[in-house]
Amino acid sequence: MPEQPDFYTTTGNKSGLWSWIFSTDHKRIGVLYLFSLLVFFSIGAAFGLLMRLELIAPGKTIVEAATYNAFFTLHGVIMIFLFIIPGIPVSLGNFFLPLQIGAGDLAFPRINLLSWWLYMAGGLMALMSLFLGSGPPDTGWTFYAPYSIRTGTNVTMAVSAAFVLGFSSILTGLNFVTTIHRMRAPGMTWFRMPLFVWSLYATAWVQILATPILGITLLLVVTERLFGVGFFDPAKGGDPILYQHLFWIYSHPAVYIMVLPAMGVITEIIPVFSRRTIFGYKAIAFSSMAIASVGYFVWGHHMFTSGMSDTSRAVFSFLTFIVAIPSGVKVFNWVASLYKGSIRVDAPLLFSLSFIFLFSLGGLTGLIMGSLATNVHIHGTHFIVAHFHYVMFGGAGFAFIAGLHYWFPKMTGRMYSERRAKTGWAFLFTGFQLLYFPLFILGWQGMPRRYYDYLPDFHPLNAASTVGSWILAAGLIIIFFNLLRSIRNGGQAGPNPWGGTTLEWRTSSPPPAENFEVAPVVTEGPYAYHHKKDRIL
Amino acid sequence: MNFQSSTQAVDSVFIFIVAISVALLTGIVATMVYFVVRYSRERNPDPENIEGNLLLEIVWVVIPLIIVLAMFFYGWRGFRFMRTAPANALLVKAYASMWRWDFEYDNGRKTDRLIVPSGRPVKLVITSRDVLHSLFIPAFRVKEDAVPGMLTHLWFLPDGTGDYDLFCSEYCGTGHSEMITKVQVMTAEDFRKWRLEAPHEKTGEDVDGVPALLRKKGCLACHSIDGTRKIGPTFKGLFMSRVIVVTGGKEHEVTANEQYLRRSVMEPEADIVKGFPPVMPREKDNLTEEELSSIVGFIKGLRE
Repeated sequence: MPEQPDFYTTTGNKSGLWSWIFSTDHKRIGVLYLFSLLVFFSIGAAFGLLMRLELIAPGKTIVEAATYNAFFTLHGVIMIFLFIIPGIPVSLGNFFLPLQIGAGDLAFPRINLLSWWLYMAGGLMALMSLFLGSGPPDTGWTFYAPYSIRTGTNVTMAVSAAFVLGFSSILTGLNFVTTIHRMRAPGMTWFRMPLFVWSLYATAWVQILATPILGITLLLVVTERLFGVGFFDPAKGGDPILYQHLFWIYSHPAVYIMVLPAMGVITEIIPVFSRRTIFGYKAIAFSSMAIASVGYFVWGHHMFTSGMSDTSRAVFSFLTFIVAIPSGVKVFNWVASLYKGSIRVDAPLLFSLSFIFLFSLGGLTGLIMGSLATNVHIHGTHFIVAHFHYVMFGGAGFAFIAGLHYWFPKMTGRMYSERRAKTGWAFLFTGFQLLYFPLFILGWQGMPRRYYDYLPDFHPLNAASTVGSWILAAGLIIIFFNLLRSIRNGGQAGPNPWGGTTLEWRTSSPPPAENFEVAPVVTEGPYAYHHKKDRIL
Repeated sequence: MNFQSSTQAVDSVFIFIVAISVALLTGIVATMVYFVVRYSRERNPDPENIEGNLLLEIVWVVIPLIIVLAMFFYGWRGFRFMRTAPANALLVKAYASMWRWDFEYDNGRKTDRLIVPSGRPVKLVITSRDVLHSLFIPAFRVKEDAVPGMLTHLWFLPDGTGDYDLFCSEYCGTGHSEMITKVQVMTAEDFRKWRLEAPHEKTGEDVDGVPALLRKKGCLACHSIDGTRKIGPTFKGLFMSRVIVVTGGKEHEVTANEQYLRRSVMEPEADIVKGFPPVMPREKDNLTEEELSSIVGFIKGLRE
């Protein structure tokens, strides 16, 4: 590989911090996003740990009810709008989408930078809502009307933050769709694209089409709060169920914004560590598109006890079961992709295999939520809290960590400590089960969610869950300490430490500013291991 | 699919889905672990490049499709049973408000706990007086939101006598987790007697010297009488004490005299005690003059 300066040393005419926050290089913006996400994730996780600490025993432990309500609202707002929705697309996607399709950058580099600025503006507004006005918002991340209309806390600021973040998301989606359509390397047909790119493509369409609905809805909430126009508060002639429909028309597809790119990451990692092609390429690609499209029509399953008509409940339950099928197809193809491979369980694969287990458990408990009779009992209890943490954290979160380890050598040119990564995994995985599994049982026993205080019967499992949160936190600290430390201290990784076949492994680590010295020409599919045995480690 | 009660309907659907899910999860994880061990790089240095298999793809679309359709159907049948109250059901109106439950019977009797006879179906018609709430009785596996301006419903069949928890399960503000009451299931005979006695009695019985009025009006969800700090200030030693309040953003000190107490109940937003959230609902249209006097009189009696 010819020696070229990597993108960290190519700063253009700017220097220091300016070479980052005004850079239009997709790789720099990806790294910028990565660190921003890490900061917001740490804040969100801190709120989560404080909530669990409060719940270690019934009654007051550390804070008053109003403070606890602010904790879970901000935990939700930060984790959803600032971490997991932007999450993989803006960080790993930003960095690797152009590399994987052999492009020099995204189609609109300056819009990409604008997305980051909007993201930071929204993030700062969300944090400011903590300190400004009449106290932090206390509505939960769902901002359900009419409580969100009537509460005296700073809901307007938090809602406006989510509104601004929506623009960031839409612009990223537009950028990705255009890039994938127009900037693929010569010879890279649609079915020669890596499946991570397919997942980003499906996600981008959801971002473009669904996010405006959230924007409008939140704008209506602000209008109602500021000017007393009655959209959602029945006291003014509004309809609270209308709010729920509008909110979930976005926020259910948003679940797929969170999890589709995660599935894409897993699909990249499995072939590389089993040294064979993916099983069922087209099935996985089409299932992403199927999830993205059917996912628009299942929002009503968040409203099975809301008072909406029984007919719509039946229809939404039916469609919810249908959307389970493409997710199942992915799981089956992943497992089949291990068949007759030559497997080495390095950290990225270890996190990916954990993903398959946790996501399957989360998905299957989703069937219990999706069935009407059982939903009535567990709706709004800790069961749903357990379910979505298995899917979001066990799914999207674990995939994010898997992807970070997989692409870390490419992004930094360094290798992390494999032993520390696995130690971190052991803590994270154990803590995760102890933290979230008891919540399934608590939910089935009837403990409602968003409860500051609870009956003594629920004490033992709550205490266990809180202990789990400490083990999980220790795992996260080990994992991020390992990665951050290795940026400077890790050994040289070389251009292709895993023997990957997708295009990002054909350039140096870290890549040069223009990505490839010679624009790549593609002649075969992305996971062409059949004639590459000589390249195996 | 003959369902006897909501409890039995929910539990049978739950067991059906969980049994299949456990089998699927075990199958997926066992296969995955087996492949990882059997095809490890040491055991299998030469991988085989299998691109896919159309028949398998069809199999793992069609079989799961049949399974989930069965789950949908079973869940929907159970749900339909749970939504269709028998004609002989006892009708009780349920009112939710921040943060208390009120129940009203067909003879006008009002209670703050749900009292029902054993063995007879109960249909609740539910609404809210302010924001969203949700009426949840875990023992009977039933739940439905209380929506202001709208009537929703559920029904269940209480069997055996005893007390069961009734929770609010839709977040409704500071006192959400205090919005708990009981379902008291009596024998049919006891219920008949209870229903006939003093049908228009409003307040129920005093317990341990605390007027039932305070419990009924929900005061005790937020105010303690023993000095414990809850969502609002305690009543103990409150009368004639010095209180720092915030009025229009400015702090000042007042004496909690009778005039102050009366105003704080009727128009709580006028002066907010420092360190407490401004969340108490106005009682101006909820209390009669006698009721107000009785509450204030009780607080005066707790003077230290």
